[in-house]
Amino acid sequence: MSNSPRERLSVLRTRFSQGGGVNDAALLLVTMLALWVLFAAVGMYLQYDTAGVLGTVVNMTFLVAVYALAVLALNLQWGYAGLFNIGVAGFMAVGAYSVGILSGDPGGTPAGFGLPLPIGILGAMLIAALVGLVAAFPALRLRADYLAIATVAMSEIIRTTLLARPFAEITGAGQGFRNFPSNPARTLYYENPGDVTSEPNAIGEAVFGVFESLGVARTNLVVDLTYALLLLVIVGIVYVLSRRTGNSPFGRVLKAIREDELVAESLGKDTRLFKIKIFMLGCALMGLAGALWQGLGNQSVNPTTNFLPVLTFYIFIALIVGGSGSNTGSVLGGAVFAALLFLLPTYISNIVSTFNLTLPRPNSAVEAVTPLFSADPMPLVGFVVANIDSMRFIIIGVLLVWLMQNRPDGLLGHRKEVASSVDLMQRDRKRGQTAATDGGRSQGGESDE
Amino acid sequence: MAVSDRTSWGGRFLDNPAAFVAGAVAVLLLLDLVRRLVTGALGPATLMTYLWTGLVIGLIYGLAGIGLSLTYSILNFANFAHGEYVSVGAFSGWSTAYIVAGGSIATLGDLFLLRPPAGRVGVSITSAPLAVVVGLVVGVVVTVAMALVLDRIVYRPMRGAEGISLLIASIGVAFAVRYLLALVYGTGRPGVTAGTRRFFVGDTLGLGRFIVDSHQIAIIVASLGLMLGVHLLLTRTKLGKSMRAMADNEDLARVTGIPTERVIRSTWILGGGLAGAAGFLVVLTQGTIAYNIGWLLLLLIFAAVILGGIGSVYGAMVGGVVIGIAQQASSIWLRGPWSDMTLPVTFALLIVILLVRPQGIYGGVETT
Amino acid sequence: MSDTEERQAAPDGTDADHEEPGTADSAVEEAAKSTPRGIPLRVQNLRKEFGGITAVADASFHVEAGSLTGLIGPNGAGKSTTFNCIAGVHRPTAGKVYFQGEDITGLRPEQVANKGLVRTFQIAREMEDMTVLENMMLAPRGQVGESLAYSVLPGLRDQVVTQEEDLRERAWETLEFFEIDHLAGDYAGSLSGGQRKLLEMARVLMTDPEMVLLDEPLAGVNPTLEKKLLERVHELRDQGLTFLLVEHDMDIIMNHCEHIIVMHQGKVLAEGGAEDIRNDDRVIDAYLGETL
Repeated sequence: MSNSPRERLSVLRTRFSQGGGVNDAALLLVTMLALWVLFAAVGMYLQYDTAGVLGTVVNMTFLVAVYALAVLALNLQWGYAGLFNIGVAGFMAVGAYSVGILSGDPGGTPAGFGLPLPIGILGAMLIAALVGLVAAFPALRLRADYLAIATVAMSEIIRTTLLARPFAEITGAGQGFRNFPSNPARTLYYENPGDVTSEPNAIGEAVFGVFESLGVARTNLVVDLTYALLLLVIVGIVYVLSRRTGNSPFGRVLKAIREDELVAESLGKDTRLFKIKIFMLGCALMGLAGALWQGLGNQSVNPTTNFLPVLTFYIFIALIVGGSGSNTGSVLGGAVFAALLFLLPTYISNIVSTFNLTLPRPNSAVEAVTPLFSADPMPLVGFVVANIDSMRFIIIGVLLVWLMQNRPDGLLGHRKEVASSVDLMQRDRKRGQTAATDGGRSQGGESDE
Repeated sequence: MAVSDRTSWGGRFLDNPAAFVAGAVAVLLLLDLVRRLVTGALGPATLMTYLWTGLVIGLIYGLAGIGLSLTYSILNFANFAHGEYVSVGAFSGWSTAYIVAGGSIATLGDLFLLRPPAGRVGVSITSAPLAVVVGLVVGVVVTVAMALVLDRIVYRPMRGAEGISLLIASIGVAFAVRYLLALVYGTGRPGVTAGTRRFFVGDTLGLGRFIVDSHQIAIIVASLGLMLGVHLLLTRTKLGKSMRAMADNEDLARVTGIPTERVIRSTWILGGGLAGAAGFLVVLTQGTIAYNIGWLLLLLIFAAVILGGIGSVYGAMVGGVVIGIAQQASSIWLRGPWSDMTLPVTFALLIVILLVRPQGIYGGVETT
Repeated sequence: MSDTEERQAAPDGTDADHEEPGTADSAVEEAAKSTPRGIPLRVQNLRKEFGGITAVADASFHVEAGSLTGLIGPNGAGKSTTFNCIAGVHRPTAGKVYFQGEDITGLRPEQVANKGLVRTFQIAREMEDMTVLENMMLAPRGQVGESLAYSVLPGLRDQVVTQEEDLRERAWETLEFFEIDHLAGDYAGSLSGGQRKLLEMARVLMTDPEMVLLDEPLAGVNPTLEKKLLERVHELRDQGLTFLLVEHDMDIIMNHCEHIIVMHQGKVLAEGGAEDIRNDDRVIDAYLGETL
């Protein structure tokens, strides 16, 4: 296309900067760094040892990565195509169980097929996509709110079926499923990753040695750190692929479907086909998120506590916080939700205890509220701090209402990415100069108020 | 018009086979039911028990469903917080019932928080009828008050917003209310009702003996009474007629000058009150109470409403009873470990109804 | 349309009850195929019922190539329903629609559009959260980048980029033609009503249509923009594009269309040039009936 290195460079630059790629990537990096600093500071403030501080940061990184993955997947369906899928938890369950069943130890209970991990993960995505295909039929025919009900029902069908005794030999039913393959980080460091007592291999020895000299003797933590970093890489890949999906004629049709399906059809777009494709792709990515999070990450799932519809709503809230319709917003929303709204409150109780306030610990809400009549708010404060888990949900609920009333475009602002593989404001190569001079501003990606 | 026309033929390839399969399965199950009755594999008493308990729980679904159906059609959004209205009715009602019945066996605070064991307080329709009635009334009143307050602070500023925004806001409301209840009452699942009288009926009718307890009778009396009240309200009063007009067609109602805000308020009063009553009554039959009691019922209530046809009050009642009986009667086929599949099958039924007949049994009212 | 012609054309002389579409089909198809390419759109015995109400009752007409044909009629005459039956939004109860000799009856909207028969909407329907250029770039048919694989995979994406660069140039040129290129980067939602109508026309052109169906393109447009829009339509017609214009406003049709079809109560009441229509008593009665 273009021969001289200079032209080539300029083409590259246009393509890369299309959609504000560089700025957005920088924003995400800065956010991640800021969260690392914040959580390290929290750990240090609480006077954890080095391993404890690192553990705090690793835990947060893992959660940020898995949320970002799930939110990116949902953004493709809801943010782009307007398909209101509130069965995310169900598709994640399909992914987690599939990777366990496909790649789990054939000798474990419930027995797995023992297939290599990459096949297990791809299989999990494929199975989630196929379940998504089944769910896509309602998506084609139903109004958005009916689709919401159908998908939440679908996710409960999946969860309650995983819990049902007739399939206990496959799923573990109420016992949950634990026979997951080792995660790749463990495989990297151990001779026999499936065995808890296994000795580290050469790489493991070396890496563990480095960390030990830094004061981190817990090898599990090093494995977790490696896995969390690996997840960040995967988020990066999915982010780039999602951007490409969005910033293309394909993504343009998805946006058009969200805006006005009849118009899209009148312009010759077979909207049903696009809806099926994006629904399946989104579900595949949700399956991937489930496989990497609850499956390989947590190594243990139980449908009575995992994959409840609440999980779907977390992911929705994260997307709404970040601004639906934007891939960068999805990652940001996932990070902000996971780190600041979900994880940070769990440290509050510990942080408060360092103030030496000796808050009263009332036994019940009644004991907490009645002193208010004698103008003593401390029992209520103590009660709230002690019940931060419930408080967190209340705050999330109120936040959601507030967002819908005041910031329907997302907490982080309006972040619509222009759906095209080229910078539309830049005219043809030959005419690029003139266009640029007569006000052709580079647009897309950057928040555009 | 254009939209409904398109949906109907967009699905013309799917529509008929799916409806055919669904119909065929229903007929097969019915034939199998007759076979089991004839061969004696299924005793008439067992069947009557399923029908009876299904009717009881189904009426509760129906009660809760009326409110959901009305808000869905009049305010134009699926209220995912409706389950929490049910929970609030349950907790406020049972706290009251405990306080009325408990007297001095524990502090007021502990009674309010439902702390003393059910056996010591002894609330049942036979041992403490006053506590049950007062509890029901307070449950209704508190839920109505909450519905109105929530409308004022959450939904009214969003009037005219699209259904999905309201739906998401209602998810936020659901979270806040559910975990507020968890904060106050804890996350346990205490039993709160005392045992009550049981009767064996059916002998004289030749249906075999099956058990009916007085709580079930109380639930049936209360729900039928409330439903009759709703029926009279909707057919005999001007307000009720405007509500039905709004449910059918909001634009039409606006043009003809029906005071919309008043109708909306009445909708919340009616829907919230019935949800509160359903919450109180469901505890009466289940015996236990938990902060997520309404959330667990929400999908079943949705199933009832969709089966009956969104916007149709009578459809919600009938849909509730059908879902209740279907759930109970499914034990005829789903036995032993397979009984775990009752919920998945019920939800699958919900999706099938959405696909095959989204307008419900009482069709016609399809507010697009 | 004459019944005799239809029977003669039937291949094996099956004398059919022509109420029944199945048997009359072949005959009609033959007739349609024998029509010269000069008649891109032919509507035959079109019927559409909603519940018990007949919106269109056996309407038949055709549109000649390169013409600007007007379809008028008082409120409730069945214009919009006819329009929607042609565009694939409604499925006709009976009757046939042929486009360039091909039976397009009952095709879905996107299938009709992909034949080259593209419509606009009465109330301009822009994708409000998409920019003007995004709206333009949405329209072209046969974009390789509408395939997910081409959009995502490194080797294939280059083809997408190349095609998009070409389309981008065409989009700019088309916007210039309609004199709205200064709005290119704005969100379509921020455009005025008239600008939206221009964008909608421009967007339709991006599909490279054979024929354009215009649904009241001038409703709510100020006189300056109206003039601009009509000038563009004439210019495009002169370049060989065919238009079917549905309008409520009699004057516009009379002054701009060379061929006029008048519908009344679901039927074609009259057909011909402006002069014929003006002097047709039935048309006057139909419109008088409305104003009374």
